[in-house]
Amino acid sequence: MRLKLVADETNWDFFGRLPITLGFSGLMFVGAILAFLFMGLNFGIDFRGGTTIRTEARVAVDVGAYRDAIAPLGLGDVSISEVFDPGFDEDQHVAMVRIQAQGDEESVRPETIQAVQAALRSVAPQIRFISVESVGPKVSGELIMTAIYSVLAAIAAVLVYIWLRFEWQFALGAVAALVHDVIITIGLFAVLQIQFDLAIIAALLTIVGYSLNDTVVVFDRVRENLRRYKVMDLKEVLNVSINETMSRTLMTSGTTLLALIALIVLGGDVIRGFVFAMTFGVVIGTYSSVFVASAILLKLGVKRDWSKPDGEAGTQFADVDA
Amino acid sequence: MLQYPLWRRIVVIGLVLLGLSAAIPNLFYPRVELHNDAAAAIEQFGSTPEREADLSAWPTWMPSSLVNLGLDLRGGAHLLAEVRVEDVYEHRLDALWPEVRDALRDERDAVGAIQRLDAPGGELRVRIENPAGMGQALAAVRELASPVVTLTGMGANDIEVAGQDDVITVQLSEAERVATDDRTIQQSLEIIRRRVDEVGTREPTIQRQGERRILIQVPGLGSADELKALIGTTAQLTFQPVVTRTTDPSTRPAPRQELLPSLDEEGVFYVLEQTPVVTGEELTNAQPSFDQNGRPAVSFQFNVTGARKFGAYTAANVGAPFAIVLDGEVISAPRINEPIPGGSGIITGNFTVEDSTNLAVLLRAGALPAEMTFLEERTIGPELGADSIEAGRIASLVAFAGVLIFMALAYGRFGLMANLALILNVGLVFGLLSAIGATLTLPGIAGIVLTIGMAVDANVLVFERIREEVRAGRGPARAIELGYEKALSAIIDANITTFITAVILFLMGSGPVKGFAVTLALGIITSVFTAIYITRLMIVFWFERRRPKTIEV
Repeated sequence: MRLKLVADETNWDFFGRLPITLGFSGLMFVGAILAFLFMGLNFGIDFRGGTTIRTEARVAVDVGAYRDAIAPLGLGDVSISEVFDPGFDEDQHVAMVRIQAQGDEESVRPETIQAVQAALRSVAPQIRFISVESVGPKVSGELIMTAIYSVLAAIAAVLVYIWLRFEWQFALGAVAALVHDVIITIGLFAVLQIQFDLAIIAALLTIVGYSLNDTVVVFDRVRENLRRYKVMDLKEVLNVSINETMSRTLMTSGTTLLALIALIVLGGDVIRGFVFAMTFGVVIGTYSSVFVASAILLKLGVKRDWSKPDGEAGTQFADVDA
Repeated sequence: MLQYPLWRRIVVIGLVLLGLSAAIPNLFYPRVELHNDAAAAIEQFGSTPEREADLSAWPTWMPSSLVNLGLDLRGGAHLLAEVRVEDVYEHRLDALWPEVRDALRDERDAVGAIQRLDAPGGELRVRIENPAGMGQALAAVRELASPVVTLTGMGANDIEVAGQDDVITVQLSEAERVATDDRTIQQSLEIIRRRVDEVGTREPTIQRQGERRILIQVPGLGSADELKALIGTTAQLTFQPVVTRTTDPSTRPAPRQELLPSLDEEGVFYVLEQTPVVTGEELTNAQPSFDQNGRPAVSFQFNVTGARKFGAYTAANVGAPFAIVLDGEVISAPRINEPIPGGSGIITGNFTVEDSTNLAVLLRAGALPAEMTFLEERTIGPELGADSIEAGRIASLVAFAGVLIFMALAYGRFGLMANLALILNVGLVFGLLSAIGATLTLPGIAGIVLTIGMAVDANVLVFERIREEVRAGRGPARAIELGYEKALSAIIDANITTFITAVILFLMGSGPVKGFAVTLALGIITSVFTAIYITRLMIVFWFERRRPKTIEV
């Protein structure tokens, strides 16, 4: 007996409640933008400059005492948070201390770090400093720009590729879906105030890749079915295609989620934000390839006569098969 | 019948074996590392019994390339420094001044007396007494220009000379600046490398980044501060004539003189001639030693020209003090008791043994051509890296097991074949990482785990397609063939788009993120390869032996 996530033949109507699903996506999208504008992202030092110190002690972390110890140093905005992870030992207590960039200094002065370490030792004598990272305002400004450029470049590259391989309507649908995924993920980070650093940008780009992967598989089937069912209603063609690829979609999302959940639980706290972004991205990427990309394709319409030479686009790789 | 030509079978199996053999050393990481370190040590310092013993920890005929562990996994210090290339422009112009002066003196009849003016950074300004001679003066100074030899600056001169009223302005041309920047960075890289090597740590990364930045990563070093102390010091050593000694910090030095603080004595300043007699560049050697009172000191040896200049100067100035200046601070200002012709000397000061050792290292490695600003610094403790590796290992194993079980349940025999392919796939990723000498970072491990999840996608696409064909009533061989054929365009399109994003990540990302991009991209390549060629080969082997009448996918 096989494990089957969906029945062999499904015949679900994915566009029956188009106003509701598109409306839901629209609401999430607007909500994400509002969250970004009004709550803002909790930028890490990569993007805003400053210093983080990771501490480890055998006794429990007393955030208040840490704060009181550092306050007299007059370093401006200091945030202290305890880190929890199922992988830690019983008596392993980890905290992250984040200090804002000091004036217009590029990198932090050693004296500043030594002062902070001495202050923390005064409240927790056994404390150890596991890592110290400092980024100057100059670099952090550049990193933000590079991050924005790289996400835009990825989206543009994909737009062009899909346009070349399919039709412009497909490209628009796919890009709408991945902009939707990226914006909503950013919005979620704003709402949950999870630290947003360079690794999260990497996660966003992976989401772009994954969301697209999924959308392309559906579109590939749509293209094939458009050739097969020349007179069928576009909505029907889309529904048939999505139903036919549903089993694969859920299998792949399933295995990917399995791997990601293993990482979230067991992969340690350092990359948890990164993995969380990807996990959310896989879920929303799967959703959007049906309810955003295909829905937009339905709204835009596509040319129906695929028998002409450019219908070759889908089979030009056929002769390289093994 | 399923077609799979013999040559293709051989190539596919050969590639897999090659990839896996490249991955094998990583299973024995500590032993292979011991072997590699020993091999490097024997290469450099010759053989000892201990090194030979370490060398034999791993057979020499086996592949021995390992995946480099990134700083976040191994622990160590990371610095991003920006070189202040403007400093060098100033030095260039200072060095040009005597030539300009001599050139204008030759034209004294037309130009009259000349005087160097204070000028903003990057400019040399000279006032001439007689503005009528400006034309001749400019011509004389322009004679000093020499062509720049770079690819971009063909035909350009190194200096630009302009005259207004009675002032001549000399500055470096754009082409010369570019060339100078390049040279400065190259020199800085070289000197940083020498300094880091003197400390003797393994596999430091020292590379140029962008126009004027240098990235330095030293695994296993205690902290970024240590690294900064080592490479942040310019170590510009000069021997300058002393004009006076003073305790008044507001003393205004005369033109071409400068006021510098003493290193040891609080509140003491020296007025010095700005042009040094000799500089650290003319040192051939420096060693930590002790002076006649048994205090730590640094002894040094000049090269021939340095020795001659130093000898001539000391002979002409017996009884006068001269200052030994390091990075703008006067270490000491001894009196010249007698001429020093041999070109060797000793620097004393308020040193500890550690100070004198460090100073000797810095002097031996040479001075940095310009100061550096540190834009980014990171210290990662080794235990954090070890924890990350451990967490990554457990997460990968669990992810692996989960996906294997899932696939077996969903696709039965075919699932098992995909599983075998998946295991080979991860082996191939490691093999490729080792072969190209890529660096594995923590996000890189996440990339591998993600690959484990996504790698089955291509197989899933094929299997689902075969299922559909079987359901449509095709025979087993035909269904398998059509399944592969029809799934191919989806596999290619889906993976190329993901690959595009991985490439962009690689181009734009830095450090750990780059590591993620690398594993993601390699994972895409190997997963497409395993799905299209390896699982298919397995299916063909199975099919040829069993010749099933029906298949269940």
